[in-house]
Amino acid sequence: LRKNVEDFTGPRERSDLGFVTFDITADILNGKNGLQTFWNKNTLIIFDWNVKQLFLYLSAEYSTKNNALNQVVLWDKIMLRGDNPRLSLKDMKSKYFFFDDGNGLKGNRNITLTLSWNVVPNAGILPLVTGSGHVSVPFPDTYETTKSY
Amino acid sequence: RRRRAVAAMLSLDFLDDVRRMNKRQLYYQVLNFGMIVSSALMIWKGLMVVTGSESPIVVVLSGSMEPAFHRGDLLFLTNRIEDPIRVGEIVVFRIEGREIPIVHRVLKIHEKQNGDIKFLTKGDNNAVDDRGLYKQGQHWLEKKDVVGRARGFVPYIGIVTILMNDYPKFKYAVLFLLGLFVLVHRE
Repeated sequence: LRKNVEDFTGPRERSDLGFVTFDITADILNGKNGLQTFWNKNTLIIFDWNVKQLFLYLSAEYSTKNNALNQVVLWDKIMLRGDNPRLSLKDMKSKYFFFDDGNGLKGNRNITLTLSWNVVPNAGILPLVTGSGHVSVPFPDTYETTKSY
Repeated sequence: RRRRAVAAMLSLDFLDDVRRMNKRQLYYQVLNFGMIVSSALMIWKGLMVVTGSESPIVVVLSGSMEPAFHRGDLLFLTNRIEDPIRVGEIVVFRIEGREIPIVHRVLKIHEKQNGDIKFLTKGDNNAVDDRGLYKQGQHWLEKKDVVGRARGFVPYIGIVTILMNDYPKFKYAVLFLLGLFVLVHRE
C-alpha cells in the first residue's frame, strides 16, 4: 500500500483547511501484513464467503496544540464482493473538506495518512482493519492564498 | 329418586375438585410466565452491563447505511469506555431531544489530552455529513450522545420489530398469541 501526496493549507475563517492530493496503490487481496481478523490471524483471502463488502477509508491523523488527537477521513470507497481488489488511483482529491478544529495544520510537520477498511460480513463481527504502509505528510508554514483547487 | 339425588351431589363434588385443580394450575402457569419474563429482563440487563451500552441490540431503521445495512438488520453494540471512538467506526447515537437512534459512521474526531472528544458522523449512503441532522447550533457529537458502537450484525431478523411498530394490530396479535401459548402450555 503506497500513498504520495502534495499539499497546502488555506485559512478559512478561524479554522485551517488543508488540501491534499494523493495516489493510492493498494492490493487488498494479498495484504496479509496488516490483516487481523477476529476469527483467524492467518486469513490470506479477505473476500471470503462471509464478506459482503469492504468500506475503505483514507484517514489523516495528527495532533495539534488544541487537540491531542485528530482524525479526519479524506476519502472513502465501498468495495463490494466481486469488485477488483486492486486499487490504483492517481491524483485523487479529498472527498471531504479537511478542516482542522483551529489552526493546527499550518506548519504541522507530521500528518499521517493511513488506509483502513471496515469488513462488513453477511452476518457476524464487524472488524476494522488498518492496512500496512502509511505516509507521513508535512504541511507548509505559510498559507497559500493564490492556488486554485 | 334417591339414587339420582346422590348422583347429582357426587357430580357437583367432582366439578368442585376440577375447578380447584384448574385454579392451582392457573396460578402455576402465571408464576411460570412471571419467571420467564423476569429471566428475560435479567438477561437484557446483564447484556447492558457486559457491553456498557444502554441498548445492546438495535434494529436498523433507515437505508442511510446501505449497502452495508438495510432496514430490519439487527446490530450488536458495545460502548466500553476503554474503547475510544475512532474514525471508521459505526456508531449508534441519539440527538438530544429525539428518541430515535441513528446508525452512521464516524467521519472526523478531535480529542483533547484529557479524553474529551467531539466527532462528526455521516451515513455511508448519504451525500453529506450529519451536521444538518444535529440539533440547532450543534456542530459535533459527544460521548454522551453515543448509545454504542456496532461490533457485529445479523441481517433481516429485526424486521419483526419494525412490523410490530408499523402495524400495532400485528403487535397485539403476537403478544396475545405469546401469552396464550405460555398460559395454556402444559409444561
